[in-house]
Amino acid sequence: MALITVSNASLGYEGKAIVSDINFSVSDGDYLCIVGENGSGKSTLMKTLLGQKNVISGKIEFSDGLKQNEIGYLPQQTEVQKDFPASVKEIVLSGCLNRSGFRPFYSKSQKDTAARNMEKLGITDLSGKCYRELSGGQQQRVLLARALCAAEKLLVLDEPVAGLDPMVTKSLYSLIEEINKSGMTVIMVSHDMEAAVEYASHILHIGHKPLFFGKKEDYVKSDVYHRFSEGGKAK
Amino acid sequence: MNIIATLGQYMSYPFVRYALIAGVLISLCAALLGVSLVLKRYSMIGDGLSHVAFGALAIATVCGFAPMTVTLPVTIAAAVIILGVNGKAKIKGDAAIAMISVGALALGYLLLNIFSASTNISGDVCSTLFGSTSILTLSKTDVYLCLALTAVVLLVFILFYHKIFAVTFDEGFAAATGIRTQAYNIVIAVVTAVVIVLAMNLVGALLISALIIFPALSAMRIFKSFRSVIISSAVISVICAVLGIFASIIFGTPVGSTVVAADIAAFIICASVGKVARK
Repeated sequence: MALITVSNASLGYEGKAIVSDINFSVSDGDYLCIVGENGSGKSTLMKTLLGQKNVISGKIEFSDGLKQNEIGYLPQQTEVQKDFPASVKEIVLSGCLNRSGFRPFYSKSQKDTAARNMEKLGITDLSGKCYRELSGGQQQRVLLARALCAAEKLLVLDEPVAGLDPMVTKSLYSLIEEINKSGMTVIMVSHDMEAAVEYASHILHIGHKPLFFGKKEDYVKSDVYHRFSEGGKAK
Repeated sequence: MNIIATLGQYMSYPFVRYALIAGVLISLCAALLGVSLVLKRYSMIGDGLSHVAFGALAIATVCGFAPMTVTLPVTIAAAVIILGVNGKAKIKGDAAIAMISVGALALGYLLLNIFSASTNISGDVCSTLFGSTSILTLSKTDVYLCLALTAVVLLVFILFYHKIFAVTFDEGFAAATGIRTQAYNIVIAVVTAVVIVLAMNLVGALLISALIIFPALSAMRIFKSFRSVIISSAVISVICAVLGIFASIIFGTPVGSTVVAADIAAFIICASVGKVARK
């Protein structure tokens, strides 16, 4: 069943479209990678999917099962976070907040969820450490654990490996792959073509006409992919 | 011994006791909020809103209204504009604060100059801005008002503590996962405005920033989790307020600047401790 169906959507700022005629759907258990050059509208599309922006025209439909507080999100790091005094545990727990309602404190089950996700990502021993003193890869794992706490059905990742070294990048990708295999639907925005083709099940390539949306296997055979991957090699 | 005897003698005056109670309450509230504001990069909001409160006070004085009835709503409105709707505004962050702050200060002074019946305008302005005496002239009602407002601030803070953390640490994530960030930003804005109007009584408009910024920054030098920073910032702030008020009584110095001097000293100590601990 389709979790999200986007039909003829145009997206942009203040009524001006950056990208138009977007059509795609995401089904339960998919691993969709959204690729495209900088400025092609990837982040705008992601913000729209997350309910932070409205479409200019067209439609985005969520299936009945998917509510806003069932979506986990791994944003890019912000300036504020670089010197933020917070322990790993505090940050991971804050991912559970979207199901708190008006309750002022965390429940036992929320604390268990946080502990389970820290265990899953191998950061249990960092629990009391200060976030700003961790390495880039560790920080990303903390934010991913927080996203998992918030995610029931869908995980949205914004350039998850930006600024990480190759080893850490690889281990983060295999973590995400594992999470996807355990039943979580994943949407990843990335300009890492190689990884997109290696890990994703579906690809949406925007910022280029015609847009491509389809299975990875078809994407690898497409013109868009060849033009882009060769362009990449030429650099 | 002599100093303790002097303090004991001063403590028998009700106005000194009132000043101490109000001082402790206000510095507690300011420190709690300060952590979130500093981390959200709104350090200057204390400055900005206090100038707005000053402008509102000028209007109240000219029109003959009770000060609080004008300053509180006007400052809350300004805080909501600056903090709450910032995402959509054309003029952002620091510029919005600077504009509102300078504008309100100038208009307030202008109004006082044109309409005030007082013969010593610059003296009045000076005492409003620097709070040279106001804390020593508090009435019992003022102290009760302080108590009530502090209770509200504390209650809001305890009830929304985790949400305030989430909105401060990562507003984008909070909004994307279904938390009503705008509502919590407005809660923070309203509480900030209330604290600032309160704090004007203690240190005066110009020095409120110090009460908001210094304890938070001091605590951040040493502590590494959000909760420990919040708690220690409140403790540092209260200790500095008490020491500052006593020192100002003993040495006959202005209350506001003495409290801030104590805060600066605490910051220097914390920064040194933090540096040594990191090595």
